[in-house]
Amino acid sequence: MIAEKGLITSGHASDGTHETFTLNLGPQHPAAHGVLRVLMTMDGEWIQRAEPIIGYIHRMHEKMGENRSWAKFLPNTSRIDYLSAMNYTHAYVGAVERALKIEVPERAEYARVITSELNRISSHMVWWGALLLDLGGFTPILYAFDDREKILDLLEGLCGARLTYCYYRFGGLYNDVDDAFLKGTRDFVAHMKPRLTMYRELVTDNIILRKRLTDIGPISADMCRRYGATGPVIRGAGVAYDVRTVEPYSVYPKLKFKIPTYPQADSMARYLVRMDEMEQSLSIIEQALDLIPAGPFMAPKVPRVIKPPAGDYCYAVEAARGRFMVRIVSDGKEIPYRVKLRAPSFSNLSLYEEASKGMILPDALAMMGSLDLVIPDIDR
Amino acid sequence: MNPTLEQLTAQFAALVAERASVSLPVVGGALCPDGTASSVESGRRSGFTPDTSGVNPDLPKPSPVQSVAHALKGYDLNATVAPDQVVAAAQLLDRAGFGLDAVTGVDWMAQNEMEVVYDYFHPTASLRVVVRTRVPRATPELPTISPVFPGANWHERETHDFFGIRFSGHPNMKPFLLPEDADFHPLRKDYAP
Amino acid sequence: MIDFLNLEPVRILLYLVAICAFVGANAAYLVLAERKGAGRIQRRPGPNEAGPAGILQPLADGIKLLAKQVMVPPGTDALLFRAAPLMVMAPPLMCLATIPFGDSIVAVNLNIGLLFVFSFGSINVMALMLGGWASRNKYAIISAARVVSQSVAYEIPMLLVVITMLMVTGTLDLSEVVKQQAGWFWHWNLFKVWVNPLMPVTFVIFFTCMLAETNRAPFDMAEAESELVAGAFTEYGGMGFGVFFMAEYANIVVGCCLATILFLGGWQSPIGALSGGLWGPVWFLGKMYALIFTVIWIRWTFPRTQFYSLLNLSWKILIPVSLGTLLLTGAMMKLMPFVFPSLH
Repeated sequence: MIAEKGLITSGHASDGTHETFTLNLGPQHPAAHGVLRVLMTMDGEWIQRAEPIIGYIHRMHEKMGENRSWAKFLPNTSRIDYLSAMNYTHAYVGAVERALKIEVPERAEYARVITSELNRISSHMVWWGALLLDLGGFTPILYAFDDREKILDLLEGLCGARLTYCYYRFGGLYNDVDDAFLKGTRDFVAHMKPRLTMYRELVTDNIILRKRLTDIGPISADMCRRYGATGPVIRGAGVAYDVRTVEPYSVYPKLKFKIPTYPQADSMARYLVRMDEMEQSLSIIEQALDLIPAGPFMAPKVPRVIKPPAGDYCYAVEAARGRFMVRIVSDGKEIPYRVKLRAPSFSNLSLYEEASKGMILPDALAMMGSLDLVIPDIDR
Repeated sequence: MNPTLEQLTAQFAALVAERASVSLPVVGGALCPDGTASSVESGRRSGFTPDTSGVNPDLPKPSPVQSVAHALKGYDLNATVAPDQVVAAAQLLDRAGFGLDAVTGVDWMAQNEMEVVYDYFHPTASLRVVVRTRVPRATPELPTISPVFPGANWHERETHDFFGIRFSGHPNMKPFLLPEDADFHPLRKDYAP
Repeated sequence: MIDFLNLEPVRILLYLVAICAFVGANAAYLVLAERKGAGRIQRRPGPNEAGPAGILQPLADGIKLLAKQVMVPPGTDALLFRAAPLMVMAPPLMCLATIPFGDSIVAVNLNIGLLFVFSFGSINVMALMLGGWASRNKYAIISAARVVSQSVAYEIPMLLVVITMLMVTGTLDLSEVVKQQAGWFWHWNLFKVWVNPLMPVTFVIFFTCMLAETNRAPFDMAEAESELVAGAFTEYGGMGFGVFFMAEYANIVVGCCLATILFLGGWQSPIGALSGGLWGPVWFLGKMYALIFTVIWIRWTFPRTQFYSLLNLSWKILIPVSLGTLLLTGAMMKLMPFVFPSLH
């Protein structure tokens, strides 16, 4: 990348005469945002090979799923990716509902969309702040957290949790969305729109940021496909792959929204995709607030003891980091036979070794930031 | 450009037909693609303990390649192949432009088999394909698909960690999520901590 | 009775004590100012627990750092590891000895003050490099390599700018430089566009180089927190780290002092009147702190640049431009007397 630009000629060790050294980036490193370790073989500041080593926060959620009832596993799903817990519980709840063939009332579906999208915005804000922190800009994260706080307050009012929400239930919601929440969400949307403009003017248009991200860490659409990278990573490679439209779920087909894509496939593209997604989420929330009907928030006939009929069922959602799929295998009992959690960060990180080859260390860290990793999501 | 469900079904049917002579592993009732089989009933009838849901000899053997309603199952095509055909299946899907979603296992202890499930998604077409295969529980081994889909590298390592399923030809079959000294496979049904 | 205060050694000793106190107080309170400024920029109060409005925070920090054990990790070069913090602190102290804070407030009025400041200023880099190298830490070594190449890259345009200023002022004596800029603010070197129309550009180059030389954001490659953990300081704890930290601020003070003297008229009043006596230090410190505030402001506003764009900025932009200003100044100085004889 750099050589192409003619910026620096590296002393690349292709001839094997250069001395290389091993750098253990992590498990405690400020850029890893968690306990991720990357074993790097370095030639000076150039990365010859970077192998992510994961598992430091592995909790075996899939095994936990096999020794508790279907309902009791629900809180676990919000602890996988703690930044987009709503989306994750949505996938699990959706899978069980699909197995039980439960029709979720319309009001509950709209409420799910609103809360999921709020959660997506709050997740993107954490990413935004953290990426800027990776790039050495300290201030944006505090602006982002300031605005995110409003989302957390709204969601706390609904379900009592600020981060690991367990708001959805099989067949509906834990409780109804009240007027205070709906009004607060409307106010938040009105508040957030000018803030996004400010973010753009303050940060996105900054020349240093653009130089740090443009043309850095190219991840082509084909690489995304071969590694199964989804979400903003594949959309930043110009592919409009979004589970909300490709495998429509909930009431998303009734809502109008754009799938932002950027064909440049670099870190800046992934950055811009997420920034645009926040705008789109605000628009989705606005529409859903207009469309949300009155009515029940729980399906009328949800069995007290959940026993999905035997078989396997998948349910995928577009989480903040990409495609999150729950595959449940039931043998007709009140305890799951198998719960497979397909986490987007896992696949998104798996391409890191190939993508980071030959990059300079700070660029590789900028690219890692643009992947938006949540380590508990990778390790599960 | 995008593959259609019919094309894929035909291609998979041809792939499976190559091994028509080889008896395919029986797809258990719990995995009956239409999802209607009640394992509790079938378990009682076939005299298994309640734990051993699954095989019902009375049911007709389901077709190895079936298109499924997405709304019911969450995927469109369900293909069961022989263990040594997973690479061919992966190549087929690679040519059709699919991406690798996940690789995972299911331990069917009652049938003394391990199921390996490959999930595929298509970046542009709304298609989801599930490829399954079954290996004997005592010698769970099948070829790796990581040369076709490099993303499978990690998924297969994870599956090896959890189930002890070996993927022959895998470039780096080291412990992955579990501790380095772990000599157990937690998602096996006979695993006792 | 001998007038002790006018005895040269006593005078210098007093000045040295004063400078040490000045540097110490500045380093401590600039940390507080930085944190307060950061808080202001980030819409939070900043430190406000220790004492009224957090005024005692530097004291608390200092006690904490002093009370910490000085760890020398096994395998390090213990001598260099311990020496580096001292070496990094000494140059700014020496430099400040020649800085004129007012009409007559200067420790040693050297006639080669400018040269003195730059020769001591470059030791700083060696200290950082040795600290990084002696730490026996890969991040620290990467950081040490960065510090050296960054310093080499930025020393050049900075010195070219200084040569330009030398041509304009014709002296290395810092007090003399200030005296030349007496009168209204358009007499400051910054606005002497009839000597060189690119004078403001020269100032910007100087300021940029100063930021890079003091390893301040957006050029904080040496520390590069999210990349190299803490760069050259990774293995330092307690007061070892504290001294590095203080030296950073001391260097900023020296850099801003120089910028004030060379471009902003030093202790001269900007309005012609209100100069002399105690007004001198007031104006001087006012200008210096305004520059320091800018430095803080920049740090909390911009992300860090990429290392190669940092070097590119120096080698491809700053050095050619500063060479250009140097040539232009030389040409102007020779030609202008012929074109506008009345001005000279």
